[in-house]
Amino acid sequence: MLQSIEVFRERPPRLVTPVVQVRAREPRVAPEETKPCIVASHLSAFFGETAAIRDVSISIPQNAVTAIIGPSGCGKSTLLRCFNRMHETVPRARVEGNVEILGSSIYGENTSPIAVRRHVGMVFQRPTPFPTMSIRANVAAGLRVDPKSHASRGATEEIVEEALQRAGLWAEAKDRLDESAIALSGGQQQRLCIARALATRPRVLLLDEPTASLDPLSTQKVEELVYELRTTVTVVIVTHNLQQAARVSDGTAFLLMGELIEFASTSEMFTAPRDPRTESYITGRFG
Amino acid sequence: MKNARRRHLVSGAMIGLTYICAVLATLPLLLILWHLIVKGASSISLAFFTHMPRPIGEPGGGMANAIVGTLILIGIASAIGLPIGIGAGLHLAEKKTTPLAQTTRFLADVLNGLPSIVMGIFAWEILVRPIGHFSALAGGVALGAMMIPLVTRTTEEMLLVVPTSLREAALALGYPKWRTSISVVLRTALAGIVTGALVAIARIAGETAPLLFTALGNQFWSTSIGQPIAALPLQIFAYATNAYEELHRLAWAGALVLISIVLVISLAARLVTRSRFGAAVD
Repeated sequence: MLQSIEVFRERPPRLVTPVVQVRAREPRVAPEETKPCIVASHLSAFFGETAAIRDVSISIPQNAVTAIIGPSGCGKSTLLRCFNRMHETVPRARVEGNVEILGSSIYGENTSPIAVRRHVGMVFQRPTPFPTMSIRANVAAGLRVDPKSHASRGATEEIVEEALQRAGLWAEAKDRLDESAIALSGGQQQRLCIARALATRPRVLLLDEPTASLDPLSTQKVEELVYELRTTVTVVIVTHNLQQAARVSDGTAFLLMGELIEFASTSEMFTAPRDPRTESYITGRFG
Repeated sequence: MKNARRRHLVSGAMIGLTYICAVLATLPLLLILWHLIVKGASSISLAFFTHMPRPIGEPGGGMANAIVGTLILIGIASAIGLPIGIGAGLHLAEKKTTPLAQTTRFLADVLNGLPSIVMGIFAWEILVRPIGHFSALAGGVALGAMMIPLVTRTTEEMLLVVPTSLREAALALGYPKWRTSISVVLRTALAGIVTGALVAIARIAGETAPLLFTALGNQFWSTSIGQPIAALPLQIFAYATNAYEELHRLAWAGALVLISIVLVISLAARLVTRSRFGAAVD
Protein backbone atom coordinates (compact mmCIF):
# COMPACT_ATOMS: atom_id res chain seq x y z
CA MET A 1 0.00 0.00 0.00
CA LEU A 2 2.70 2.42 1.06
CA GLN A 3 4.72 1.54 -1.96
CA SER A 4 1.90 2.20 -4.35
CA ILE A 5 1.39 5.65 -2.88
CA GLU A 6 5.07 6.39 -3.41
CA VAL A 7 4.84 5.29 -7.02
CA PHE A 8 1.80 7.43 -7.53
CA ARG A 9 3.60 10.43 -6.12
CA GLU A 10 6.38 10.17 -8.59
CA ARG A 11 4.33 9.65 -11.70
CA PRO A 12 2.07 12.66 -12.25
CA PRO A 13 4.40 15.46 -11.26
CA ARG A 14 2.05 18.24 -12.37
CA LEU A 15 -0.44 17.37 -9.70
CA VAL A 16 1.91 17.67 -6.77
CA THR A 17 3.33 21.09 -7.44
CA PRO A 18 4.83 22.47 -4.24
CA VAL A 19 2.55 24.97 -2.61
CA VAL A 20 4.70 27.99 -3.27
CA GLN A 21 5.48 27.24 -6.85
CA VAL A 22 2.97 29.24 -8.86
CA ARG A 23 2.68 28.08 -12.43
CA ALA A 24 4.25 30.79 -14.52
CA ARG A 25 1.62 31.11 -17.21
CA GLU A 26 1.72 34.77 -18.03
CA PRO A 27 0.12 37.18 -18.20
CA ARG A 28 -0.95 37.12 -14.61
CA VAL A 29 -2.78 40.14 -13.37
CA ALA A 30 -2.91 41.46 -9.90
CA PRO A 31 -6.52 41.96 -8.79
CA GLU A 32 -6.21 45.72 -8.50
CA GLU A 33 -4.98 46.19 -12.05
CA THR A 34 -8.14 45.20 -13.86
CA LYS A 35 -11.74 46.36 -13.95
CA PRO A 36 -13.83 44.99 -11.10
CA CYS A 37 -16.58 42.50 -11.95
CA ILE A 38 -18.04 41.47 -8.62
CA VAL A 39 -17.98 44.07 -5.88
CA ALA A 40 -19.23 42.99 -2.48
CA SER A 41 -19.58 45.65 0.18
CA HIS A 42 -20.11 44.89 3.86
CA LEU A 43 -21.61 41.57 2.95
CA SER A 44 -22.82 39.34 5.77
CA ALA A 45 -24.72 36.11 5.35
CA PHE A 46 -26.71 34.34 8.03
CA PHE A 47 -28.23 30.94 8.66
CA GLY A 48 -30.91 31.82 11.17
CA GLU A 49 -29.01 33.85 13.77
CA THR A 50 -25.57 32.47 12.96
CA ALA A 51 -23.41 34.56 10.69
CA ALA A 52 -21.56 32.40 8.17
CA ILE A 53 -19.74 35.34 6.67
CA ARG A 54 -19.21 38.71 8.34
CA ASP A 55 -18.76 42.09 6.78
CA VAL A 56 -16.86 40.98 3.71
CA SER A 57 -15.86 43.64 1.21
CA ILE A 58 -14.08 42.40 -1.86
CA SER A 59 -13.63 43.51 -5.45
CA ILE A 60 -13.19 40.59 -7.83
CA PRO A 61 -11.56 41.48 -11.17
CA GLN A 62 -13.15 40.87 -14.52
CA ASN A 63 -12.03 38.07 -16.85
CA ALA A 64 -9.69 36.53 -14.35
CA VAL A 65 -9.77 33.52 -12.09
CA THR A 66 -10.18 34.28 -8.41
CA ALA A 67 -9.76 31.50 -5.88
CA ILE A 68 -11.38 31.51 -2.46
CA ILE A 69 -9.47 29.42 0.03
CA GLY A 70 -9.83 28.75 3.73
CA PRO A 71 -10.42 25.95 6.22
CA SER A 72 -13.67 23.97 6.28
CA GLY A 73 -16.60 25.95 7.58
CA CYS A 74 -14.98 29.31 7.00
CA GLY A 75 -17.79 30.46 4.72
CA LYS A 76 -16.17 29.99 1.31
CA SER A 77 -19.20 28.35 -0.26
CA THR A 78 -21.60 30.73 1.45
CA LEU A 79 -19.70 33.71 0.06
CA LEU A 80 -19.84 32.17 -3.41
CA ARG A 81 -23.55 31.49 -3.06
CA CYS A 82 -24.15 35.16 -2.22
CA PHE A 83 -22.86 36.06 -5.69
CA ASN A 84 -25.80 34.40 -7.47
CA ARG A 85 -28.37 34.69 -4.68
CA MET A 86 -28.37 30.96 -4.05
CA HIS A 87 -27.74 31.55 -0.36
CA GLU A 88 -31.29 32.74 0.17
CA THR A 89 -32.77 29.48 -1.16
CA VAL A 90 -31.85 27.82 2.14
CA PRO A 91 -34.65 28.14 4.72
CA ARG A 92 -34.04 30.91 7.28
CA ALA A 93 -31.00 32.17 5.43
CA ARG A 94 -30.56 35.88 4.77
CA VAL A 95 -28.03 38.35 3.45
CA GLU A 96 -27.00 41.83 4.58
CA GLY A 97 -24.87 44.31 2.65
CA ASN A 98 -24.67 44.50 -1.10
CA VAL A 99 -23.14 42.83 -4.13
CA GLU A 100 -22.71 44.55 -7.48
CA ILE A 101 -21.97 42.59 -10.61
CA LEU A 102 -20.72 44.64 -13.57
CA GLY A 103 -22.11 47.78 -12.01
CA SER A 104 -25.61 46.69 -11.08
CA SER A 105 -26.70 45.64 -7.65
CA ILE A 106 -27.92 42.03 -7.60
CA TYR A 107 -29.76 42.62 -4.34
CA GLY A 108 -31.63 45.64 -5.71
CA GLU A 109 -35.34 45.87 -5.06
CA ASN A 110 -36.31 45.29 -8.68
CA THR A 111 -33.78 42.56 -9.35
CA SER A 112 -35.14 39.04 -9.40
CA PRO A 113 -32.84 36.25 -8.27
CA ILE A 114 -33.84 34.31 -11.38
CA ALA A 115 -32.46 37.01 -13.67
CA VAL A 116 -29.26 37.15 -11.62
CA ARG A 117 -28.75 33.40 -11.88
CA ARG A 118 -29.15 33.51 -15.66
CA HIS A 119 -26.11 35.77 -15.89
CA VAL A 120 -24.08 34.04 -13.21
CA GLY A 121 -23.43 30.37 -13.82
CA MET A 122 -22.65 27.94 -11.03
CA VAL A 123 -21.12 24.48 -10.83
CA PHE A 124 -21.27 22.43 -7.66
CA GLN A 125 -19.04 20.06 -5.78
CA ARG A 126 -20.77 16.95 -7.06
CA PRO A 127 -21.77 16.70 -10.71
CA THR A 128 -25.49 17.44 -11.05
CA PRO A 129 -26.62 16.43 -14.54
CA PHE A 130 -30.41 16.15 -14.84
CA PRO A 131 -30.85 12.38 -14.94
CA THR A 132 -33.99 12.38 -17.05
CA MET A 133 -32.45 14.47 -19.82
CA SER A 134 -30.09 13.63 -22.66
CA ILE A 135 -26.65 15.20 -22.87
CA ARG A 136 -27.99 17.65 -25.42
CA ALA A 137 -31.03 18.56 -23.32
CA ASN A 138 -28.84 19.05 -20.28
CA VAL A 139 -26.65 21.60 -22.04
CA ALA A 140 -29.70 23.39 -23.45
CA ALA A 141 -31.58 23.32 -20.12
CA GLY A 142 -30.70 26.89 -19.19
CA LEU A 143 -31.71 28.21 -22.61
CA ARG A 144 -35.11 26.61 -22.41
CA VAL A 145 -36.15 28.54 -19.32
CA ASP A 146 -34.81 31.88 -20.50
CA PRO A 147 -37.73 33.93 -21.82
CA LYS A 148 -35.34 36.17 -23.73
CA SER A 149 -33.77 33.30 -25.59
CA HIS A 150 -35.93 32.38 -28.54
CA ALA A 151 -33.21 30.30 -30.07
CA SER A 152 -34.44 28.18 -32.95
CA ARG A 153 -33.64 24.49 -33.06
CA GLY A 154 -30.63 25.11 -35.27
CA ALA A 155 -29.36 27.94 -33.11
CA THR A 156 -29.76 25.84 -29.98
CA GLU A 157 -27.81 23.10 -31.70
CA GLU A 158 -24.98 25.56 -32.35
CA ILE A 159 -25.02 26.83 -28.79
CA VAL A 160 -24.89 23.27 -27.45
CA GLU A 161 -21.88 22.50 -29.63
CA GLU A 162 -20.12 25.70 -28.65
CA ALA A 163 -20.74 25.13 -24.94
CA LEU A 164 -19.48 21.55 -25.15
CA GLN A 165 -16.42 22.75 -27.08
CA ARG A 166 -15.65 25.34 -24.45
CA ALA A 167 -16.07 22.75 -21.71
CA GLY A 168 -13.70 20.40 -23.55
CA LEU A 169 -16.34 17.69 -23.83
CA TRP A 170 -17.28 17.95 -27.50
CA ALA A 171 -14.88 15.30 -28.76
CA GLU A 172 -16.11 12.78 -26.19
CA ALA A 173 -19.81 13.61 -26.39
CA LYS A 174 -20.52 14.57 -29.98
CA ASP A 175 -21.57 11.08 -31.03
CA ARG A 176 -23.76 10.45 -28.01
CA LEU A 177 -25.68 13.69 -27.58
CA ASP A 178 -28.99 11.86 -27.25
CA GLU A 179 -27.79 9.45 -24.62
CA SER A 180 -28.70 9.92 -20.98
CA ALA A 181 -26.38 12.33 -19.22
CA ILE A 182 -25.79 9.89 -16.38
CA ALA A 183 -24.13 7.48 -18.79
CA LEU A 184 -21.10 9.81 -18.66
CA SER A 185 -18.26 9.32 -16.19
CA GLY A 186 -18.02 11.57 -13.13
CA GLY A 187 -15.41 13.83 -14.70
CA GLN A 188 -17.38 14.07 -17.92
CA GLN A 189 -20.52 14.83 -15.95
CA GLN A 190 -18.77 17.70 -14.22
CA ARG A 191 -17.59 19.12 -17.56
CA LEU A 192 -21.15 18.68 -18.81
CA CYS A 193 -22.31 20.81 -15.88
CA ILE A 194 -19.75 23.42 -16.84
CA ALA A 195 -21.02 23.30 -20.44
CA ARG A 196 -24.57 23.66 -19.16
CA ALA A 197 -23.56 26.71 -17.15
CA LEU A 198 -21.71 28.20 -20.13
CA ALA A 199 -24.55 27.70 -22.61
CA THR A 200 -26.45 30.73 -21.39
CA ARG A 201 -23.28 32.77 -21.95
CA PRO A 202 -22.91 34.00 -18.38
CA ARG A 203 -20.53 36.84 -17.55
CA VAL A 204 -19.53 35.13 -14.33
CA LEU A 205 -18.92 31.47 -13.53
CA LEU A 206 -18.94 30.33 -9.91
CA LEU A 207 -17.26 27.01 -9.17
CA ASP A 208 -17.88 25.47 -5.76
CA GLU A 209 -15.08 22.92 -5.25
CA PRO A 210 -15.66 21.61 -8.77
CA THR A 211 -13.01 18.90 -8.53
CA ALA A 212 -13.67 17.67 -5.00
CA SER A 213 -15.32 14.47 -6.23
CA LEU A 214 -13.11 13.87 -9.28
CA ASP A 215 -10.07 11.72 -9.90
CA PRO A 216 -6.68 13.38 -10.58
CA LEU A 217 -6.95 13.17 -14.36
CA SER A 218 -10.43 14.65 -14.51
CA THR A 219 -9.29 17.27 -12.02
CA GLN A 220 -6.48 18.24 -14.32
CA LYS A 221 -8.86 18.58 -17.25
CA VAL A 222 -11.21 20.79 -15.30
CA GLU A 223 -8.30 22.92 -14.08
CA GLU A 224 -7.02 23.45 -17.59
CA LEU A 225 -10.50 24.34 -18.67
CA VAL A 226 -10.82 26.92 -15.90
CA TYR A 227 -7.52 28.43 -16.93
CA GLU A 228 -8.70 28.79 -20.52
CA LEU A 229 -12.09 30.18 -19.63
CA ARG A 230 -10.74 33.23 -17.88
CA THR A 231 -10.18 35.11 -21.11
CA THR A 232 -13.94 35.26 -21.67
CA VAL A 233 -15.56 34.74 -18.29
CA THR A 234 -14.93 35.93 -14.78
CA VAL A 235 -14.35 32.79 -12.75
CA VAL A 236 -14.59 32.49 -8.99
CA ILE A 237 -13.49 29.11 -7.66
CA VAL A 238 -13.83 27.83 -4.13
CA THR A 239 -11.26 25.20 -3.34
CA HIS A 240 -9.91 23.15 -0.48
CA ASN A 241 -6.85 22.43 -2.48
CA LEU A 242 -4.12 25.04 -2.16
CA GLN A 243 -2.13 23.66 -5.06
CA GLN A 244 -5.20 24.00 -7.18
CA ALA A 245 -5.62 27.63 -6.19
CA ALA A 246 -1.96 28.21 -7.00
CA ARG A 247 -2.30 26.48 -10.36
CA VAL A 248 -5.43 28.06 -11.74
CA SER A 249 -6.01 31.43 -10.17
CA ASP A 250 -4.84 34.97 -10.79
CA GLY A 251 -5.99 36.26 -7.43
CA THR A 252 -6.63 34.45 -4.17
CA ALA A 253 -8.83 35.41 -1.26
CA PHE A 254 -8.30 33.83 2.14
CA LEU A 255 -11.32 33.46 4.37
CA LEU A 256 -11.20 32.52 8.05
CA MET A 257 -14.24 32.11 10.30
CA GLY A 258 -16.41 34.11 7.97
CA GLU A 259 -14.03 37.01 7.61
CA LEU A 260 -11.93 38.00 4.63
CA ILE A 261 -8.36 37.97 5.91
CA GLU A 262 -6.46 38.75 2.75
CA PHE A 263 -7.00 39.18 -0.95
CA ALA A 264 -4.02 39.52 -3.27
CA SER A 265 -2.57 38.22 -6.47
CA THR A 266 -1.98 34.50 -6.23
CA SER A 267 1.78 34.76 -6.64
CA GLU A 268 1.98 37.31 -3.86
CA MET A 269 -0.37 35.34 -1.66
CA PHE A 270 1.66 32.16 -1.88
CA THR A 271 5.10 33.73 -1.71
CA ALA A 272 4.72 36.76 0.52
CA PRO A 273 1.43 36.75 2.42
CA ARG A 274 0.90 39.89 4.41
CA ASP A 275 -1.17 38.44 7.22
CA PRO A 276 0.43 35.93 9.62
CA ARG A 277 -2.81 33.90 9.62
CA THR A 278 -2.63 33.50 5.85
CA GLU A 279 0.93 32.37 6.19
CA SER A 280 0.10 29.76 8.80
CA TYR A 281 -2.75 28.45 6.67
CA ILE A 282 -0.85 28.13 3.43
CA THR A 283 2.14 26.59 5.11
CA GLY A 284 -0.18 24.03 6.62
CA ARG A 285 -0.14 25.00 10.26
CA PHE A 286 -3.94 24.76 10.57
CA GLY A 287 -7.05 24.02 8.55
CA MET B 1 -15.91 -25.84 20.31
CA LYS B 2 -19.12 -27.06 21.88
CA ASN B 3 -20.39 -23.51 21.90
CA ALA B 4 -19.52 -23.06 18.28
CA ARG B 5 -21.52 -26.13 17.33
CA ARG B 6 -24.46 -24.90 19.34
CA ARG B 7 -24.27 -21.50 17.65
CA HIS B 8 -24.25 -23.13 14.23
CA LEU B 9 -27.25 -25.24 15.15
CA VAL B 10 -29.26 -22.29 16.46
CA SER B 11 -28.26 -20.21 13.48
CA GLY B 12 -29.30 -22.95 11.09
CA ALA B 13 -32.62 -23.42 12.86
CA MET B 14 -33.37 -19.70 12.78
CA ILE B 15 -32.53 -19.41 9.12
CA GLY B 16 -34.75 -22.41 8.46
CA LEU B 17 -37.52 -20.67 10.37
CA THR B 18 -37.25 -17.58 8.19
CA TYR B 19 -37.54 -19.79 5.11
CA ILE B 20 -40.74 -21.27 6.50
CA CYS B 21 -42.10 -17.80 7.31
CA ALA B 22 -41.27 -16.56 3.82
CA VAL B 23 -43.17 -19.46 2.30
CA LEU B 24 -46.08 -18.92 4.71
CA ALA B 25 -46.22 -15.26 3.67
CA THR B 26 -46.78 -16.20 0.04
CA LEU B 27 -49.01 -19.12 0.87
CA PRO B 28 -52.33 -17.23 1.21
CA LEU B 29 -51.97 -15.68 -2.23
CA LEU B 30 -51.01 -19.01 -3.78
CA LEU B 31 -53.92 -20.78 -2.08
CA ILE B 32 -56.37 -18.10 -3.15
CA LEU B 33 -55.10 -18.22 -6.72
CA TRP B 34 -55.28 -22.02 -6.76
CA HIS B 35 -58.79 -22.00 -5.37
CA LEU B 36 -59.96 -19.36 -7.81
CA ILE B 37 -58.47 -21.13 -10.77
CA VAL B 38 -59.98 -24.48 -9.77
CA LYS B 39 -63.44 -23.09 -9.13
CA GLY B 40 -63.57 -20.17 -11.52
CA ALA B 41 -61.45 -20.95 -14.56
CA SER B 42 -64.06 -23.27 -16.04
CA SER B 43 -66.61 -20.44 -16.12
CA ILE B 44 -64.29 -18.03 -17.86
CA SER B 45 -64.97 -17.82 -21.55
CA LEU B 46 -65.31 -15.08 -24.08
CA ALA B 47 -68.97 -14.83 -23.09
CA PHE B 48 -67.95 -13.99 -19.54
CA PHE B 49 -66.31 -10.81 -20.78
CA THR B 50 -68.81 -9.88 -23.47
CA HIS B 51 -72.21 -11.01 -22.17
CA MET B 52 -74.58 -9.51 -19.65
CA PRO B 53 -75.75 -11.44 -16.60
CA ARG B 54 -78.68 -13.73 -17.39
CA PRO B 55 -81.81 -13.85 -15.27
CA ILE B 56 -81.57 -16.32 -12.41
CA GLY B 57 -82.13 -19.87 -13.52
CA GLU B 58 -80.86 -19.41 -17.05
CA PRO B 59 -77.42 -20.89 -17.61
CA GLY B 60 -74.49 -18.90 -19.03
CA GLY B 61 -74.18 -15.16 -19.09
CA GLY B 62 -71.22 -12.97 -18.18
CA MET B 63 -70.12 -9.98 -16.23
CA ALA B 64 -69.43 -7.51 -19.03
CA ASN B 65 -71.27 -4.75 -17.21
CA ALA B 66 -69.35 -5.35 -13.96
CA ILE B 67 -65.96 -5.38 -15.69
CA VAL B 68 -66.70 -2.14 -17.53
CA GLY B 69 -68.19 -0.71 -14.34
CA THR B 70 -65.05 -1.46 -12.36
CA LEU B 71 -62.92 0.19 -15.05
CA ILE B 72 -65.17 3.28 -15.02
CA LEU B 73 -65.01 3.45 -11.23
CA ILE B 74 -61.21 3.16 -11.34
CA GLY B 75 -61.19 5.94 -13.96
CA ILE B 76 -63.29 8.29 -11.84
CA ALA B 77 -61.27 7.47 -8.71
CA SER B 78 -57.98 8.12 -10.54
CA ALA B 79 -59.26 11.38 -12.00
CA ILE B 80 -59.94 12.55 -8.45
CA GLY B 81 -57.24 10.79 -6.45
CA LEU B 82 -54.17 11.18 -8.67
CA PRO B 83 -54.11 14.96 -9.31
CA ILE B 84 -55.01 15.82 -5.72
CA GLY B 85 -52.67 13.21 -4.28
CA ILE B 86 -49.70 14.15 -6.48
CA GLY B 87 -50.30 17.87 -5.94
CA ALA B 88 -50.51 17.41 -2.18
CA GLY B 89 -47.39 15.22 -2.23
CA LEU B 90 -45.55 17.93 -4.13
CA HIS B 91 -46.59 20.45 -1.53
CA LEU B 92 -45.43 18.21 1.33
CA ALA B 93 -42.05 17.68 -0.33
CA GLU B 94 -41.47 21.33 -1.22
CA LYS B 95 -42.82 22.95 1.96
CA LYS B 96 -41.72 20.29 4.42
CA THR B 97 -42.14 22.18 7.67
CA THR B 98 -45.02 24.62 7.20
CA PRO B 99 -47.96 24.08 9.58
CA LEU B 100 -50.16 23.23 6.59
CA ALA B 101 -47.72 20.57 5.39
CA GLN B 102 -47.35 19.03 8.83
CA THR B 103 -51.12 18.95 9.35
CA THR B 104 -51.69 17.48 5.90
CA ARG B 105 -49.07 14.80 6.44
CA PHE B 106 -50.62 13.77 9.76
CA LEU B 107 -54.17 13.79 8.41
CA ALA B 108 -53.13 11.81 5.33
CA ASP B 109 -51.78 9.10 7.63
CA VAL B 110 -55.01 9.12 9.63
CA LEU B 111 -57.04 8.94 6.41
CA ASN B 112 -54.90 6.03 5.26
CA GLY B 113 -55.92 4.05 8.30
CA LEU B 114 -59.61 4.89 8.00
CA PRO B 115 -61.88 1.88 7.43
CA SER B 116 -63.04 1.89 3.84
CA ILE B 117 -66.70 1.62 4.79
CA VAL B 118 -66.39 5.08 6.38
CA MET B 119 -65.34 6.41 2.98
CA GLY B 120 -68.54 4.93 1.60
CA ILE B 121 -70.63 6.65 4.26
CA PHE B 122 -68.85 9.90 3.49
CA ALA B 123 -69.59 9.65 -0.23
CA TRP B 124 -73.17 8.64 0.50
CA GLU B 125 -73.59 11.69 2.73
CA ILE B 126 -72.22 14.21 0.25
CA LEU B 127 -73.39 12.73 -3.05
CA VAL B 128 -76.07 10.08 -2.72
CA ARG B 129 -78.32 11.72 -0.14
CA PRO B 130 -78.45 15.21 -1.70
CA ILE B 131 -78.97 13.83 -5.22
CA GLY B 132 -81.45 11.24 -4.11
CA HIS B 133 -80.08 8.14 -5.82
CA PHE B 134 -76.98 5.97 -6.02
CA SER B 135 -74.47 6.69 -8.76
CA ALA B 136 -71.15 5.65 -10.26
CA LEU B 137 -69.88 9.12 -9.45
CA ALA B 138 -70.47 8.58 -5.72
CA GLY B 139 -68.61 5.26 -5.90
CA GLY B 140 -65.73 6.88 -7.78
CA VAL B 141 -65.53 9.68 -5.23
CA ALA B 142 -65.39 7.18 -2.36
CA LEU B 143 -62.57 5.26 -4.05
CA GLY B 144 -60.81 8.49 -5.07
CA ALA B 145 -60.89 9.69 -1.48
CA MET B 146 -59.18 6.44 -0.49
CA MET B 147 -56.50 6.99 -3.12
CA ILE B 148 -55.62 10.53 -2.06
CA PRO B 149 -53.63 9.74 1.11
CA LEU B 150 -51.89 6.77 -0.52
CA VAL B 151 -50.77 8.79 -3.52
CA THR B 152 -49.89 11.82 -1.39
CA ARG B 153 -47.49 9.93 0.82
CA THR B 154 -45.79 7.91 -1.91
CA THR B 155 -45.40 11.02 -4.07
CA GLU B 156 -43.84 12.86 -1.15
CA GLU B 157 -41.42 10.02 -0.46
CA MET B 158 -40.40 9.73 -4.11
CA LEU B 159 -39.81 13.49 -4.36
CA LEU B 160 -37.71 13.54 -1.20
CA VAL B 161 -35.37 10.99 -2.73
CA VAL B 162 -34.46 13.52 -5.44
CA PRO B 163 -31.20 15.07 -4.21
CA THR B 164 -31.23 18.72 -3.14
CA SER B 165 -28.20 19.24 -5.33
CA LEU B 166 -30.37 18.67 -8.41
CA ARG B 167 -32.88 21.24 -7.20
CA GLU B 168 -30.06 23.69 -6.60
CA ALA B 169 -28.53 23.03 -10.01
CA ALA B 170 -31.82 23.97 -11.67
CA LEU B 171 -32.25 27.08 -9.53
CA ALA B 172 -28.68 28.14 -10.27
CA LEU B 173 -29.44 27.87 -14.00
CA GLY B 174 -32.18 30.44 -13.61
CA TYR B 175 -35.11 28.06 -13.34
CA PRO B 176 -38.02 29.66 -11.49
CA LYS B 177 -39.02 27.70 -8.41
CA TRP B 178 -42.22 26.24 -9.92
CA ARG B 179 -40.36 25.17 -13.02
CA THR B 180 -37.68 23.50 -10.91
CA SER B 181 -40.36 21.57 -9.05
CA ILE B 182 -42.08 20.41 -12.23
CA SER B 183 -39.43 19.92 -14.90
CA VAL B 184 -36.61 18.72 -12.68
CA VAL B 185 -37.82 17.36 -9.35
CA LEU B 186 -41.16 15.90 -10.44
CA ARG B 187 -39.71 14.57 -13.67
CA THR B 188 -36.82 12.87 -11.94
CA ALA B 189 -39.21 11.21 -9.50
CA LEU B 190 -41.81 10.41 -12.16
CA ALA B 191 -41.21 6.66 -12.39
CA GLY B 192 -41.54 6.32 -8.64
CA ILE B 193 -44.71 8.39 -8.61
CA VAL B 194 -46.24 6.30 -11.39
CA THR B 195 -45.42 3.17 -9.39
CA GLY B 196 -47.12 4.68 -6.35
CA ALA B 197 -50.17 5.56 -8.42
CA LEU B 198 -50.44 2.03 -9.83
CA VAL B 199 -50.12 0.51 -6.38
CA ALA B 200 -52.91 2.81 -5.18
CA ILE B 201 -55.11 1.81 -8.13
CA ALA B 202 -54.47 -1.87 -7.45
CA ARG B 203 -55.39 -1.27 -3.86
CA ILE B 204 -58.79 0.35 -4.59
CA ALA B 205 -59.73 -1.86 -7.56
CA GLY B 206 -61.00 -4.59 -5.28
CA GLU B 207 -62.65 -2.43 -2.63
CA THR B 208 -66.23 -3.47 -1.92
CA ALA B 209 -67.32 -1.66 1.22
CA PRO B 210 -67.13 1.90 -0.15
CA LEU B 211 -69.28 0.86 -3.13
CA LEU B 212 -72.10 -0.80 -1.19
CA PHE B 213 -74.15 2.35 -0.72
CA THR B 214 -72.61 4.54 -3.40
CA ALA B 215 -72.30 2.71 -6.74
CA LEU B 216 -74.77 0.09 -5.45
CA GLY B 217 -74.41 -2.27 -8.39
CA ASN B 218 -76.56 -2.67 -11.47
CA GLN B 219 -78.05 -5.69 -13.20
CA PHE B 220 -78.11 -3.85 -16.50
CA TRP B 221 -75.66 -2.27 -18.86
CA SER B 222 -74.87 1.28 -17.76
CA THR B 223 -71.92 3.54 -18.41
CA SER B 224 -73.59 6.68 -17.10
CA ILE B 225 -71.78 8.14 -14.13
CA GLY B 226 -75.06 9.57 -12.86
CA GLN B 227 -76.66 6.13 -12.51
CA PRO B 228 -75.90 3.15 -10.27
CA ILE B 229 -73.19 1.05 -11.86
CA ALA B 230 -72.12 -2.56 -11.62
CA ALA B 231 -68.69 -3.42 -10.25
CA LEU B 232 -66.83 -6.70 -9.99
CA PRO B 233 -66.53 -6.74 -6.20
CA LEU B 234 -70.24 -5.95 -5.82
CA GLN B 235 -71.25 -8.57 -8.35
CA ILE B 236 -69.08 -11.15 -6.62
CA PHE B 237 -70.69 -10.27 -3.31
CA ALA B 238 -74.21 -10.50 -4.78
CA TYR B 239 -73.58 -13.82 -6.54
CA ALA B 240 -71.65 -15.45 -3.73
CA THR B 241 -74.43 -14.78 -1.23
CA ASN B 242 -77.01 -16.16 -3.65
CA ALA B 243 -78.39 -19.71 -3.43
CA TYR B 244 -77.80 -20.81 -7.03
CA GLU B 245 -74.82 -22.97 -7.85
CA GLU B 246 -74.53 -21.39 -11.32
CA LEU B 247 -74.11 -17.94 -9.79
CA HIS B 248 -71.52 -19.21 -7.32
CA ARG B 249 -69.40 -20.37 -10.23
CA LEU B 250 -69.73 -16.96 -11.86
CA ALA B 251 -68.70 -15.33 -8.59
CA TRP B 252 -65.53 -17.46 -8.54
CA ALA B 253 -64.80 -16.47 -12.11
CA GLY B 254 -65.40 -12.80 -11.27
CA ALA B 255 -62.98 -13.06 -8.36
CA LEU B 256 -60.38 -14.60 -10.67
CA VAL B 257 -60.77 -11.75 -13.15
CA LEU B 258 -60.56 -9.15 -10.37
CA ILE B 259 -57.41 -10.65 -8.89
CA SER B 260 -55.93 -10.85 -12.39
CA ILE B 261 -56.57 -7.13 -12.93
CA VAL B 262 -54.84 -6.36 -9.62
CA LEU B 263 -51.95 -8.65 -10.49
CA VAL B 264 -51.45 -7.03 -13.88
CA ILE B 265 -51.45 -3.54 -12.35
CA SER B 266 -48.96 -4.66 -9.69
CA LEU B 267 -46.71 -6.20 -12.34
CA ALA B 268 -46.84 -2.96 -14.32
CA ALA B 269 -45.85 -1.10 -11.17
CA ARG B 270 -42.87 -3.40 -10.72
CA LEU B 271 -41.77 -2.91 -14.31
CA VAL B 272 -41.90 0.87 -13.96
CA THR B 273 -39.93 0.63 -10.72
CA ARG B 274 -37.30 -1.49 -12.38
CA SER B 275 -36.77 1.04 -15.16
CA ARG B 276 -36.45 3.66 -12.44
CA PHE B 277 -33.52 1.83 -10.92
CA GLY B 278 -32.13 1.28 -14.38
CA ALA B 279 -31.81 5.04 -14.66
CA ALA B 280 -30.80 5.53 -11.06
CA VAL B 281 -30.06 9.02 -9.76
CA ASP B 282 -26.41 9.44 -8.93
